[in-house]
Amino acid sequence: MSESLNGKGLALIPRAEAKQTMKEFKSDQEVRWCPGCGDYAILAAVQSFMPELGIKRENTVFVSGIGCSSRFPYYLNTYGFHSIHGRAPAIATGLAASRPDLSVWVITGDGDALSIGGNHLIHSLRRNVNLNILLFNNRIYGLTKGQYSPTSEIGKITKSTPMGSLDKPFNPISLALGAEAGFVARTLDSDRKHLQSVLREAVAHRGTSLVEIYQNCNIFNDGAFEMMKDPETRDAITVRLEHGQPIVFADQAVRLARTGGVEVVPRASVREEEILVHDVHNPDPSLAFALSRLDEPAFAHVPIGIFRSVDRPSYDQLMNEQVAAATTQKGQGSLTDLLHGGDTWRIG
Amino acid sequence: MTKQVQQLDRVIIRFAGDSGDGMQLTGDRFTAETAEFGNDLSTLPNFPAEIRAPAGTLPGVSSFQLHFADHDILTPGDAPNVLVAMNPAALKANLSDLPRGADIIANSDEFTKRNLAKVGYTESPLDDESLSEWRVHSVPLTSLTVKALEDFDISKKDAERAKNMFALGLLSWLYHRPVEATIRFIESKFAKKPDIAKSNVAAFNAGWNYGETTEAFSVSYEIKPAKLAPGIYRNISGNQALAYGLIAASVQAKLPLFLGSYPITPASDILHELSKHKRFGIRTFQAEDEIAGVGAALGASFGGALGVTTTSGPGVALKAETVGLAVTTELPLIVVDVQRAGPSTGMPTKTEQTDLLMALYGRNGESPIPVVAPATPSDCFAIAVEAARIALKYRTPVMLLSDGYLANGSEPWKLPEIDDLPDISVDFTTESNSDDGTFLPFKRDAETLARPWAVPGTPGLEHRIGGIEKADGTGNISYDPNNHDLMVRLRQAKIDGIDVPDLEVDDPSGSARVLVLGWGSTYGPIAAALRRVRKAGGQVAQAHLRHLNPFPKNIGEVLKSYDKVLLPEINLGQLALLLRAKFLVDIISYNRVRGLPFKAEELAGVIQDVIDSE
Ligand SMILES: Cc1ncc(C[n+]2csc(CCOP(=O)(O)OP(=O)(O)O)c2C)c(N)n1
Ligand code: SF4
Ligand SMILES: [Mg+2]
Repeated sequence: MSESLNGKGLALIPRAEAKQTMKEFKSDQEVRWCPGCGDYAILAAVQSFMPELGIKRENTVFVSGIGCSSRFPYYLNTYGFHSIHGRAPAIATGLAASRPDLSVWVITGDGDALSIGGNHLIHSLRRNVNLNILLFNNRIYGLTKGQYSPTSEIGKITKSTPMGSLDKPFNPISLALGAEAGFVARTLDSDRKHLQSVLREAVAHRGTSLVEIYQNCNIFNDGAFEMMKDPETRDAITVRLEHGQPIVFADQAVRLARTGGVEVVPRASVREEEILVHDVHNPDPSLAFALSRLDEPAFAHVPIGIFRSVDRPSYDQLMNEQVAAATTQKGQGSLTDLLHGGDTWRIG
Repeated sequence: MTKQVQQLDRVIIRFAGDSGDGMQLTGDRFTAETAEFGNDLSTLPNFPAEIRAPAGTLPGVSSFQLHFADHDILTPGDAPNVLVAMNPAALKANLSDLPRGADIIANSDEFTKRNLAKVGYTESPLDDESLSEWRVHSVPLTSLTVKALEDFDISKKDAERAKNMFALGLLSWLYHRPVEATIRFIESKFAKKPDIAKSNVAAFNAGWNYGETTEAFSVSYEIKPAKLAPGIYRNISGNQALAYGLIAASVQAKLPLFLGSYPITPASDILHELSKHKRFGIRTFQAEDEIAGVGAALGASFGGALGVTTTSGPGVALKAETVGLAVTTELPLIVVDVQRAGPSTGMPTKTEQTDLLMALYGRNGESPIPVVAPATPSDCFAIAVEAARIALKYRTPVMLLSDGYLANGSEPWKLPEIDDLPDISVDFTTESNSDDGTFLPFKRDAETLARPWAVPGTPGLEHRIGGIEKADGTGNISYDPNNHDLMVRLRQAKIDGIDVPDLEVDDPSGSARVLVLGWGSTYGPIAAALRRVRKAGGQVAQAHLRHLNPFPKNIGEVLKSYDKVLLPEINLGQLALLLRAKFLVDIISYNRVRGLPFKAEELAGVIQDVIDSE
């Protein structure tokens, strides 16, 4: 294998010559989400974050599926592809695998990524193509006007479930970890600083990074994450994960449980060394998985931040190395040799 | 003992045995020998979808038919002159195709009580009178092979498995085939197991010697090399030719090929073949499903690659939405459909032409795409280059309709001169195309109506495309009714305006009143049938469509200039439906949907009937 690119998500992407501004990343298109939608905050956070990367704007591509959130690429003055429902990871995979000089982003919603596109999502995670996937989770189908989604809580009353939804939701973080994802994180639409800090790490990771962004749909699922925003409640339930730091919040701490998972206990009741120290690079994903389950029952405690950041070679890198190796070993392909290979005979 | 040598102008041999007997390999090798010898040839493999159906049963029979001749031929032949039956099931499954008087070479060792009972024989047909109308050569192939390999340090099972090589040796003697290449082939195939290699060569030689010495075969046959056009030839199957055509397209387009694919019979071999040629800069991606396969190919096209996806009918159904996205985003894409018998899973290893209407109309909205179809296995090469030419020049997905018969069948292919291949390269757009310096991604070329192809990485041309309707020119989202009507018509006009060569008519008599029209893999059987009819004095013209959308400009004229147009199709009349609707011509359809190619004799009868009914 050639020089490892691990930890260098932008290593192959050409650098911008001049310093860029947020304004340059805004397209001329009128933004058309409902007033108050969480998507605005995410867009502003991303637009103001992009210049910091210092890569050529023309080498940046946003690919999306279908949903309110998937309109996102229209509003960024980069290359963009608003595709079809659920398939953005597949389209982005072909693009990123054949163009390692591009920074490829996938914008998707909870329905887009986890219902119709669930298969592509898990496969891109295990495959580890160099993509940054931003999953806007508003726990509802926004664009189709408010049906429950695969992240809606059981019993959700919507137009399609007047007596309450019956199916257990996915926890996107648990799902991603189970799908062998190398980089998994969660953040919140309203916390720009945190959102950008997570994006910074996601971009640095070479491979597929999954960032779940809790996003408020003020029309069909208003206040879904209010508990995490309201100053009265947020500190008691939000667990801020930080690499190398003991996992503590409010007056609580997280420690290993006898049952094998992790548990939240009053901080005063445990010794300092008992408190779990967060390690995003732990090769074993089981602790990260256990942390992702802290919100059971619903919203008991909600970790945000980076759950896991483990390097392994990205698919596009390996694929391009095979192409290079085949060319070095046997020389560049010649059409004449190809056609005349095998058993030939001459007539006349 | 000197043996008699008889001259023949052509022979059709069918090798038949259990799936585990290596009949495809045996047939392939005999084909290679025949190709090397210089006969014209055509092959038809026929195998069950199950990898190992229960041994000795009728569903487990696998066969390989080869037609070779001292003149140019068009099909693998209707009915074998020689059947090699490795067991009772192989005999029973194939006997009904065998004309009286044909030769049967049967492996008598396998005609045991148990094997006979498996296929419902109470008595061995080799022993009773039931085969009296055929010329039966009962040969204990298995025990002769085991005996020949006595001195080798291999298991009895391995010795028995070499019986197909013994049979190949015998047939090679019988038809004067050159053997050196087969010996080299065996040696390299078993390079890692020298004992097996040596014993297989020994079995092959023993088969040859058996023919030479035994009295069971008193005559051998010579079929002179065919007088084909001068050139360098190789034998090639449709799938291999298609893969090579895609590679050639990538070279001629100066674009890297990206294949996104999901395995499916009978298309998988294209994926396998392309995976071997990475040194052409080819990237092959085995996706999680067909939707991801075509999605990745389209993503690669967006990035400036030659995006290709290969599949069969069920996969095309899954890809439909993404093909629609390629239609509306106007990106180049090649979708290869190696058609198989449907609906649903149908008969995966059997051939059909039943996806034409799906290719044309199997998407939501007005979503026209060009459709092309190869006529013969080797034509798969040229048609792949043609599909790429259209896709790149007009920025459109193109459907290429091959089928199971073309995919697995093979024939000698006169290698094209590389210099004669078309230059299909295109220029990416690198500069603004408007007066005010902005980039208009949907401002079309005046002649082709193609839109500019500006790939990511090009400064100043950053733009967004997508599945939502776009405003003419700017490509911005638009719900304007008149704009939509305009865009629907522009997309249609672009496809309608694709440059397609005129339909050529072959009519040696110059005065035929009946035209036989075909498309796709029916070319060979139709042409072979026409030879028979014409030989018998019938006057009839032939035309074959390689472009099914748009049609050649002169097609209406051609159709109207005949009293009758006969259109054989391996479907229930899909092309006929289109032609009737478009040209108001009362097409006479001939349809059989048996999972098999037409037979020349069958079509000759149909054609004659149409001529006679004038
Ligand atoms: C094949 C297909 N099926 C259904 C739809 C309708 N559809 C559009 S968006 C959507 C759900 C969107 O929900 P989500 O992904 O959560 O995005 P949000 O609008 O909430 O951001 C559905 C069902 C579609 N566009 N395409
Ligand atoms: S429906 Fe909800 S998610 Fe969609 S734009 Fe409106 S507020 Fe945002
Ligand atoms: Mg949603």
